[in-house]
Parts: sequence; structure tokens; C-alpha cells
Amino acid sequence: MIWLEKRPTPSQLWSYLTPLIAVVATMIAGGFMFAFLGKDPLVAIRTIFWDPILGEFAFYYRGQLLVKAGPLILIAIGLSMGFRAGIWNIGAEGQYIMGAIFGAAMGLAFYPMEARWLIFPLMIIAGAFGGFLWAMIPGILKTRFNTNEILVSLLLVYVAEQLLASMSLGLLRNPEGAGFPGSRNLRQYESAANNELIAGWGMHWGVVAAFIAVIFAYILLSRHIMGFNIRLTGASPRAAKFAGVNPNRLILFCLGLSGALAGLAGLFEVAGPAGQISIDFNVGYGFTAIIVAFLGRLHPIGILLAGLLMALTYIGGEAAQATLGLPAAAIQAFQGMLLFFLLGIDVLTNFRVRLGREGHA
Amino acid sequence: MSAATLLAVEGLRKAYPGVVANDNVTFSVGAGEVHALLGENGAGKSTLVKMVYGLVKPDAGKMTFDGTAYTPGSPHEARSTGIAMVFQHFSLFEALDVAENVALGMEEPPPIRQLAGRIREVSETYGLPLDPGRLVGDLSAGERQRVEIIRCLLQDPKLLIMDEPTSVLTPQEVDILFETLRKLQAEGTSILYISHKLEEIRSLCDGATILRLGEVVGNCDPREKSARELAEMMVGTELKTPAAADHDLGDVALSLKGLSVKSANPFGTSLKDVTLELRKGEVLGIGGVAGNGQDELLGALSGELPASRDAIHLNGEPIGDLGPNARRAIGLLAAPEERLGHAAAPDMSLIENAALTGHVRKKMVRRGLIDWSKARAFADEVIAEFDVRTPGAGNAARALSGGNLQKFVIGREILQKPDVLVINQPTWGVDASAAASIRQAILDLAAEGAAILVISQDLDELMEISGRFAALNEGRLSEPRPAQGLSIDEIGLMMGGAHGMEVAHIHEETHA
Repeated sequence: MIWLEKRPTPSQLWSYLTPLIAVVATMIAGGFMFAFLGKDPLVAIRTIFWDPILGEFAFYYRGQLLVKAGPLILIAIGLSMGFRAGIWNIGAEGQYIMGAIFGAAMGLAFYPMEARWLIFPLMIIAGAFGGFLWAMIPGILKTRFNTNEILVSLLLVYVAEQLLASMSLGLLRNPEGAGFPGSRNLRQYESAANNELIAGWGMHWGVVAAFIAVIFAYILLSRHIMGFNIRLTGASPRAAKFAGVNPNRLILFCLGLSGALAGLAGLFEVAGPAGQISIDFNVGYGFTAIIVAFLGRLHPIGILLAGLLMALTYIGGEAAQATLGLPAAAIQAFQGMLLFFLLGIDVLTNFRVRLGREGHA
Repeated sequence: MSAATLLAVEGLRKAYPGVVANDNVTFSVGAGEVHALLGENGAGKSTLVKMVYGLVKPDAGKMTFDGTAYTPGSPHEARSTGIAMVFQHFSLFEALDVAENVALGMEEPPPIRQLAGRIREVSETYGLPLDPGRLVGDLSAGERQRVEIIRCLLQDPKLLIMDEPTSVLTPQEVDILFETLRKLQAEGTSILYISHKLEEIRSLCDGATILRLGEVVGNCDPREKSARELAEMMVGTELKTPAAADHDLGDVALSLKGLSVKSANPFGTSLKDVTLELRKGEVLGIGGVAGNGQDELLGALSGELPASRDAIHLNGEPIGDLGPNARRAIGLLAAPEERLGHAAAPDMSLIENAALTGHVRKKMVRRGLIDWSKARAFADEVIAEFDVRTPGAGNAARALSGGNLQKFVIGREILQKPDVLVINQPTWGVDASAAASIRQAILDLAAEGAAILVISQDLDELMEISGRFAALNEGRLSEPRPAQGLSIDEIGLMMGGAHGMEVAHIHEETHA
């Protein structure tokens, strides 16, 4: 019989190994799925993981990698803070949308004035504020009325989507757009554009912000008292109270921070790769970032790597759709497997597998 | 000893990964005998009785019960064989009444009305007053224990196992319990009695088996041995008794005036109008049965539970509205009862746990950043000074044994040089030698001029270290009195006497 025994101290080795094993297990299980769909599993895996970086058309995909990874990392870093403290912000997608709306509105309010030194920073502040504000709703409801932040933040995603549609059709619609939904293109507005910093790399200000967030999060968690309080609250809420942590302040901090970072990601996306507010502006970064946060062990460096990996499956998945005709749902299932295996194998960090007769009754 | 053997245990062994809980344990209980299992915490008493009760399967060895081979596969089998057990921790539902709780523990419960009648009958026969219609959430710890005992007695057991039954009782309630047990014994029921309290074993038991580190180290008739001899058999070495140095008391360090605090737990006990003064250099012991406001008192003093500003004064300053860290900064420290999950975070390292309360006074934080080298140095200091057995400060708190973690938790507060230290259950679940060293450290700290409030359910401990004694009873604190010369009867009355008895009668009147 196989049974699990709790380790006296969590295994360091396994906490590093589990993501790698999860990736390999996903490749194997995904390979079977692709085989059932009638595709050569090896070709499919290669198309997803290999071609975008080192294949024939890699010059096109490589730039996409950072474009996709940037918002994922930025959002996941914010989410990981709350997740570590047991505060579950599931609505980053909504905060991402609100950041984009606020930021774009700020930029468009100045149109056609040219003053990049003023307008672009104001847009960044507005974007962060939009996300922050949207995350404060579940935060305040939770601290005041003890509502469930999972439900409130999630449902606010759909509210944000309705607002987005309304903005694209109404307030922010391009007056010169011949009646089509969608705002002016910010990329064509010099003072508001978030264009590539180096041509072909996909590196824009949002990616820079993501890297800065990784570094700050690392310092916050490992050295700062706030990070210690976050970890302590997640590990043992009563001990945290004994250590003088104010739970309400922590809830507001974690939700506010993750909202602001998601809002920033939205702003950089709308001013850069997306270019405009439109009905289908959001593509699920806010939800995928949840997977990225866990895949990265809620650790900043891990999230950096996980964000790049997840971006790779996105781009590789698109390539596989185009070249092999794989359905989009298969790619999503593939990404889902990654989280499934990660959480499953994660047990080994705290437990050890034993064979033989069970020792405990 | 009685002639017929009821339960015989031979060569029982049980090993868990990394630790042998019991090895080659052999003993027997005669029919109608009250037999004691004596040993320190971690000596293997609990594992042993769990094997007898069918909760744990032994690796080797055999048992016979009433002359036939006995290999219980489950507690259900044990019960049908005629063995019942009263656990140290009750398994009762607070929101259900007594009869419903009893019914839940039975294989085929009769209708509630009939069961209530039987509960009354049994409770009267054995002198355990209990109203079957009352909510368990409203009962005292002693009354809850009666529910468990009556639940066992309804099965007419031949052998009753009791695990540390007196730890939740006032001295008067202990007397009532002993009367019941003697009555059961007279009717021929055998009792296996687990405890580390020597005096009660000497007054109650006919035979004793002493365990140390999982093995039997002796059998004796406890009535023929002194408490000290028993203790030394149990510990294996000579015991050092903590000694208080004579010193004068200083000014009032901590004063509570009409402190009333609402419990955070719906079945908790709120503090009502608690008033006391604690002087520098003094150890004040607060006794009381568990669940009478001990956790709330610690929470109100540590700053976890909000109190009104003027209810608590430290060195003359009102501090009732300050949070835990603000109180630490001005010298009021606390060590809660629950080691894992309250005083320390189980999954965090000892370094992180050292910073948990130590960062304020040890100045580990500068501009928001924690100096981990300082935290490590402090953790190492606690480990060295308090003889905490661990491979290193990097180990998770949950990897330490209870006694070692307790030494770490107490040491962490003492080494921060508090002006006032509040400790709840300083030696709960700690072996005798570690307990002695913790008590000595408390006395040494007081000798250096700190004021110390010790909350404990161990009366012997309180009598040993405290200068004055007060008792918590249903959230009210009695007038503190000098501990010297206080008789066990007086202490019992301060703790509320046998409160269950009066309460039960009053309720019957109001029901009628």
C-alpha cells in the first residue's frame, strides 16, 4: 500500500523540483491528448515549446514572448502577495480592465496635446489607481462586512467587462472611427504610446515594470517586515495576530497592491500591444496569472520563470493552432494540466511517499 | 492486589518513523483493581492505552482480556469487549444537549426520553449530578467530563480507561470523581488510570506501572512509596526543586482596574471586572479550571483583544488600547498557552519565530527591513541559554518536541528582558526536567526585578513558584492571597468549588 507521511520540515529540494516535474508530466499527458486528437505528439510538443524560441520563425515569436509574459508576471506578482497571506483575489481580470479604462481615459482626455513627460506618467498613475480602486471594493466589503473576497472580486470581473463594452461604444469611442466600437489608437498618439523600447524584442514599459515588480517583491518578502507579516498571516493567522499584525490592514494592502499591479498591466497593454479600448480588449491575462503565481511557487523569481513559460505555451499554442490545426480548447486544457500537475505533485514538498503497511491508525 | 487478572499485556511494541513509542511493555490489571500508568509526557502512556482501546495496532506483543486472546481492530470492538475510555480531550458537541451527545457515542441509542431517564439514574447512582437536557456549551469542564464518564458507564464496562482526568477539575471536583471511581471499583469494575500527578495516584490506586521512554521501568504499590520516590522512578534522575531567591518587591508594575473583555469565541468566557496589582519582583499565580477566561486574560494583556484604555496600566501609564507591538516596546511581554499556531508559526523556522515577537525589543527592523543576522543571533541565543534541543535555528518550529518548543517560546520572551511577563500554562505538556528549568527561569527573572503573571491549571506548579495566588472563575478573578499557607480546600473554593453541583440543582428548579 502507498501512504503519505508528513515531513517534519518542508523539503527545499522538492519545492524546487515540483514545477519541473509538473512541466514534464504535462508534456506527457498533453502528448497523449494530442495523440488522441490525431496529431503527432512529438511534433505538437516541439511546436509549442521549441519552435517559438529556436525554430525557423522564432524571430517573430521571440518578441511576442515578452509581450505576453510582461502582464502575466506583473499581475501574478501582485496576486502572489495576497495568496501567501490567504487573501484570494480572483478578480485580477477586472482590475486589469479598469486599469486600462482609467489609463486610456486619462491619455485620451489630453488628446491631441503633445507632452509625453506629463501625459504618459499621468496615465500610469491613473491605470494603477483604476485597478487599485476596483480591488478596494472586495477589500472594504471584506473588512467591513466580512464578505468573501473570492466571490466579490470574481463577480466584479463581469461588471468591469460590461463597463468596458459601454466605454468602447460610448464615452471613449473614437469620434473619427466611422461609428465602429473602440477608442482612438493610443499607439498613434505620440504622448500616450507604450511602444517597443528596442525594435523586435517585445520589450515595452510594461515588461520593465514587471521586472521591477519582481525585484521589489523579492525584497519585500525576504527582507521587509510587511513581507514577513504576509508570510506569517498565511502560515498561522493566530500567531500573526500575536505578532501584532492588523489583519484588516493586511487585507487592504494585499488587495490594493494586486489591484494596482493588475491595473498597471492593463494600462501598458492598452497603450501598447492592444493599442485601444475595445469590447474584446481583455484576453484572460488576469485569470492565467493565477496559474502563473502558483506555478512560480508564489515566489518572485519562480513567477518570472513561470510567466515566461506560460507565455511560451500561449505563443506555441497559437503556432500549433495555425500550423497543426489544434483546437484552441486543447491548448487551454494543456495549460490547465500544468496547474493540475503542479498542485498534485506539490504534496511531496510537505509529505513523503512511503510503501508498505500503514503506520498510523 | 486482586486474584483474577482482567487485562494482561505482554511484550507490546509500537514504533513510529524515527521513534519507538512503546517497547516490550508488559503489565496486568486485576479485576476490581485501580491501576495507574505513570510516566512523563512522551513516556508512551497514551500510545499504550490507544493500543488497548483499539485505536492503534501494535507492531508486536499480545493482550489477553478476561482469559481470552484480545486483538481489538477498532474502538468499536474494544467497547463490545467491555472496555471504555474517557479521553483527556472531550469529543462533545457544544451546540447539542447532554442526552444528544451521549446518544451520539452509542452504538444503538434508545429513544432520547428513555436515555435521559437512564442518564439521571446513572448520574444519581454514582454521585455525578448532571441534567440531560442542558446544552454542553453551557457546562463547565468538570461537568463535560461527567458526560463522557456517564457515556462510558451506560455500556457497563469491565475496564474503564481514564486519561489524565483531573487536569480539568477543581480539587473539590477531584474528590467527587474519586468517590465515583471507588464506588465503581467496589462493584468490581477495573480502572486503568493515567496520570503524572503523584499524590492522587497514591490516594486512589492499588497498583502502578511506571513507564519511561516507552519501556516499563518498574511496578509498585503506590501507597507504599513516597511521591518523591515515584517521581524519581518516573524521571530516572534526582529531581531539582526550583528555589526562589529572597528579594524585596518593588513598585506596582502592572495594574488592572475593572478589566472587562468580551471573548472572541462564542463559547469562550468573557472577562468580568478583573482587578489586580502586580509588583516588580513578584510572581502572581492565577489558577482556575480550563475555560474560565485564561485565554481571554492573556489576550487582553498581550494586546490581541481590545480593552478600554484605562483598564490596564503599565508603570502608571494607561495602555489598554495599545496593540501587541506597542506593548512589547514598553516592556509588557506575553507567552500564550498554544505553542504551535499561536506563540509560534509551525511551518516557519526558529529564526523567523525568534523575530515574531523579538523584532521590537531586539531592534531587528530598520526602515522596514528585517536584519536576519540579528534574528538568527537571537534565535541561537535562546537555543543556547535555554537548552533547546534542535539541529539548528533553521529548523521549522513544528519539528521540535513540545518541551523543546516551550523552552524556546518562554526563553524568547525572558531574554527580551521584560518589565512584566504574562505566561499562560508555562509547563503544559512538558517533561519534568524541562518544567523544572522553566520554573527556575521564571523565578530568576522575578529575582532580577520583573513582575510575572503565571496563569496555570497546575496547582502544584503555582504553589511552588508564586508569592500570591488568585483564581479565575467564569471570567471573574478572586482576591489575590499569599500562596504560603493556603490550604487545598481554600484554593478549591477560590476556583469556584464544585461548581457543577449547585448549578445542576438550580437548573432543575428553573425547569420545574
